[in-house]
Amino acid sequence: MRWTSRNLDTIGAALLTHAELVAAALALALLIALPLGLLVARRPGLRTALLGSASILYSLPTLALFALLVPVLGLGFAPALLALVTYAVPVLLRALLAGLASVPPAVVDAAEGMGLTHRQRLFRVELPLALPALLGGLRVASVTLVSAATVAAYISAGGLGTLILSGLDQGHTEKILVGAGLVTLLALLIDGTLGALQRRLPASG
Amino acid sequence: MEWLRANPGLFLGAVGDHLLLSLTGLAIGIALALPLGIALAHRPRLAEASIMLAGALRTIPSLAVLAALLPLLGVGFTPSVIALALLALPPVLVNTVIGIRTADRAALEAARGLGMTGLQRALRVELPLAAPLIFSGLRVAAVQVVSAAALATFIGGGGLGDLVTQGLALLDTGRMLVGAIAIALLALATEAALGMLERHLATRVRGA
Repeated sequence: MRWTSRNLDTIGAALLTHAELVAAALALALLIALPLGLLVARRPGLRTALLGSASILYSLPTLALFALLVPVLGLGFAPALLALVTYAVPVLLRALLAGLASVPPAVVDAAEGMGLTHRQRLFRVELPLALPALLGGLRVASVTLVSAATVAAYISAGGLGTLILSGLDQGHTEKILVGAGLVTLLALLIDGTLGALQRRLPASG
Repeated sequence: MEWLRANPGLFLGAVGDHLLLSLTGLAIGIALALPLGIALAHRPRLAEASIMLAGALRTIPSLAVLAALLPLLGVGFTPSVIALALLALPPVLVNTVIGIRTADRAALEAARGLGMTGLQRALRVELPLAAPLIFSGLRVAAVQVVSAAALATFIGGGGLGDLVTQGLALLDTGRMLVGAIAIALLALATEAALGMLERHLATRVRGA
């Protein structure tokens, strides 16, 4: 454990960059997925097309997506961020649309009967009912992002993957294990926290 | 695609390695997960524990799984295959357990009434009823393994990931893109082909 105690700064910085990458990608993805989802929720044709392309994007292997973006965007934090947003948007979009679709038509009818405007119905009835599904999507997206951000080290984005890759390069076991261990802990921590939050929400339906 | 025209042998070798890695890892994962799932399905407490454990295993980033095996097993094909098998395990295990546990009670009672033994019931009633869900776990596992096999290059496992890392190291964009596109197409083709089979299977089971 000598390397670890001497390099706490480096390790802390890698952890911070990793968390920043994930948090920024998640925030940007929410900003894109929420309006996009609301826009297509009532347009079945567009909705199907968007969900189809979303599932293709989500199925792209991490390393392939990063490598495809390098010739266009170069190396570093920004291209990695864009790649991560590309991963998170499909997950959030699918979760939001599934949540909105699960709102019982009778509830929507009742809201309409009470004279709620379209906007009021959306914010007071439909979105709150879709929240558990959206939170589930957020959980899947953040775990996926923690994992994908590890591979982002390959395009010099920094983060915990940097410890793993340089450790592999140098045959430095401690470095590898610290990187792999911390990224695993981070994933489990986020998954556990969001999972606990999910269970505290009233179940939909 | 200059690079591809100049190096067809290198490319096909990488594709072959990639498929060998993926199929071996997937086969080992399934060979472990399926019997384990069948054995655990009827022990509620163990089943729940295994689902939780599989969930945690699923949360661990692929690169971390690969990297963590290096100090134990070294570099190359074998540790890569073991890591891929570990990644294939959770989806198949969870779906097998849930598929069997949610199998129709009435059908099970009928099978018992017909005098079937436990093994007969498992093979002739429970597994066929759970098949669609198990297959969907298989599809998820296969896509994940094909994707993660691209990362095997980092522990010297070979495959298409080699073209990507070499391309970046040598500033050879052609090589990198050929590798990346091939990895992407392989994953998408796996997803599409198994997805179609899954829908086919689902309609057949429902029709029966």
